[in-house]
Amino acid sequence: MTVERIVSERKDQFPVGMRVLAVDDDPTCLLLLETLLRRCQYHVTTTSQAITALKMLRENKNKFDLVISDVHMPDMDGFKLLELVGLEMDLPVIMLSANGDTKLVMKGITHGACDYLLKPVRIEELKNIWQHVVRRKKFDRKDRNNSDSQDKPHADSGGEAAGIGNADNNVKVNKKRKDQNEDEDEDRDEDGHDNDDPSTQKKPRVVWSVELHRKFVAAVNQLGIDKAVPKRILELMNVEKLTRENVASHLQKFRLYLKRISCVANQQANMVAALGTADSSYLRMGSLNGLGNFHALAGTDQFHNAAFRSFPPSGVLGRLNTPAGLGIRGLPSPGTIPLGHVQNSGHSSNDPSKLQSFIPGNHNANILQGMPMSLELDQLQNNKGVSHIGELPVANSTSVFPVPGSLMDARITGFSNNPILGVTSNSLMLEGSSQQTALHARNLRDGVSAIGFQNGNTLSDFASIDPVSHQLRDSKADLQGQAASINCNAGQIMTRVPQEWNSSIPANGAMIQLDQCLDQNNSIFHRTMDSDSMGPLNFGDPLSIKHSEANNSAMEPSVIGKEGYLMYQSRTQGNHIPDNIGSLEDLASAMMKQDQDNGKPTYGSFGHNSYSHRTCI
Amino acid sequence: MLGLAADRLRADTNRLLAFLFHQGILDEQFLQLQQLEDESSPNFVSEVVNIYFHESEKLLRNLRSLLMDRELSDYNKMGIHLNQFMGSSSSIGAKRIRNVCVAFRAASEQNNRAGCLRALELLEHEYCFLKNKLHELFQIQQQRVLAAGVRYPMQN
Repeated sequence: MTVERIVSERKDQFPVGMRVLAVDDDPTCLLLLETLLRRCQYHVTTTSQAITALKMLRENKNKFDLVISDVHMPDMDGFKLLELVGLEMDLPVIMLSANGDTKLVMKGITHGACDYLLKPVRIEELKNIWQHVVRRKKFDRKDRNNSDSQDKPHADSGGEAAGIGNADNNVKVNKKRKDQNEDEDEDRDEDGHDNDDPSTQKKPRVVWSVELHRKFVAAVNQLGIDKAVPKRILELMNVEKLTRENVASHLQKFRLYLKRISCVANQQANMVAALGTADSSYLRMGSLNGLGNFHALAGTDQFHNAAFRSFPPSGVLGRLNTPAGLGIRGLPSPGTIPLGHVQNSGHSSNDPSKLQSFIPGNHNANILQGMPMSLELDQLQNNKGVSHIGELPVANSTSVFPVPGSLMDARITGFSNNPILGVTSNSLMLEGSSQQTALHARNLRDGVSAIGFQNGNTLSDFASIDPVSHQLRDSKADLQGQAASINCNAGQIMTRVPQEWNSSIPANGAMIQLDQCLDQNNSIFHRTMDSDSMGPLNFGDPLSIKHSEANNSAMEPSVIGKEGYLMYQSRTQGNHIPDNIGSLEDLASAMMKQDQDNGKPTYGSFGHNSYSHRTCI
Repeated sequence: MLGLAADRLRADTNRLLAFLFHQGILDEQFLQLQQLEDESSPNFVSEVVNIYFHESEKLLRNLRSLLMDRELSDYNKMGIHLNQFMGSSSSIGAKRIRNVCVAFRAASEQNNRAGCLRALELLEHEYCFLKNKLHELFQIQQQRVLAAGVRYPMQN
């Protein structure tokens, strides 16, 4: 009884008595934070370990209203904690860090943080954090009006799932399951809209399945992104039991995505323009690809979804030379391998609609394990090819996958050998007439060599690819068998891409076929792979591969080649909470970092000018 | 006499603080710390600062050992330590230390070992200086507490 009274008193006096969990490994900051929060009249619990925090949160979900966590912690990454809390407990989380780097802040946002505070924390800022709790509660009620009870029903007072939080969680959950079963998502989506009765709502959530998102994007495209208002989108989508609030929160996130992508795309555009290959369609491809983050890129007129759907956002950066051109059906590859100066000159006879590019992608099944690779193909000859994305050539088409002779220039450093990746992530579709096979084989070899990368700067081992070319030469246009799979083990093209991408790639029957094909070739490549990281390709200079500096650690998200190719490094395979945005951010940050590095002030510029006093004291 | 001493001690405190603020060694954040000190947490400032000293010495030792390792300078790890040092220093209000950390971080991001070494030396220097000054401050405050504890029949 006493407890109830206390609880009710707390709630009445909200924000007084709001229960905050503070997590920071730095004891100085933790003590300071605790004292500040107590001064704001919150009820504070502190811990210096993220794992302990999670335990506390898990044992009683209603115990806390808000979590404040440091970003850099030894036992667990703050962003990871953030995601987990958002997913499991749906509480608002505020990030705290001494580092106010834009990319970190962005990362926080994309991982779902309600706020990002910089150290030193001021009491004025802490006085306002209760707003995040209230905001969530409000959205929570609205959003749950039309949704059926979902996975995690919990008491209303503890329920912190805001509208955005909902969508966020759903998106994440969706991504996790994407590869497993798309239908499952859709089923859940349908179920999600059954219950109309608010009074029986437990914690219904709107599941933004691929289907739903596709409709959403179609509606947005139809209205035009500027004019897209939730009400009209809702009308266009014509989905039962979807509320305007659901759409509104989803739209908000969508806009965030677009903004982010367009920034990246702009940078890419600049690079491309500088390289003289600007092709807006590619950029669009790229940006649309990034939308793949939202359960696949659906609804873009220009692109057929099938191929894109699975593109991990990182593919955005790439000009996805897409599987379509490559004739790889349903290849969820994130990007294209930069093929150096891919010139069509030598291959005018080839089907112009084919893109000359390799798509190093992780196949669905293996995507989870592996690293989606996205490499920008700098000069894709065929603009038209872009429009063919999604239309995968059938086996009997004589279109060849043209690999320009200039691919020879592309230096590859071998294949990274990542056993986890298993089957290829690199699939090149070779189809074509026999007379072209030889050429293709050679090109393929070169191209393949471009795909592999070694950790060091060494160049590719062309010899090792020969067997492949032989194999390719021998096998004619057998679409299934030849789903041009050149197996490159995981890292090759991509090094490490944030895992989130992987899960976003839906399972695809075609991919499975490819996988099978790839398996055959797998052995060939295993021996050539020895690392799972790669340096950036420098296509301008075939003999040099430049490493971007941020290539050492496994966590480095991306590397920007000299020619502006973007290559992503995915984190090691394994579990992860899918978050495509992360990869985009990493890319953007890597780009910015490179810029910064060029213009970095030298040490010593901070000067102190007050040493004189020392002698006096 | 002691009444005068109390005044003197108060003056000393103010002078020291003014000096530290003026030289940019401390900033407003330190004031916030002082404002958090009240009856419920009477020794808050010294408590926090002592924790800060304890942690900082660990961090400085780690940084030095990382830098002394000639074969492989782990700049990432350095960055992590630096980040924590920066966070705690700025939370305390140790402005100059924080600024040196910023420069240190810049050097480490460029893998500039010489720069990092210079920054580390400067950091150690600044840290020692701050520690001395803050200890002085606490001593004065302790004396003030003692002085205030003495009552004279006619003291105002």
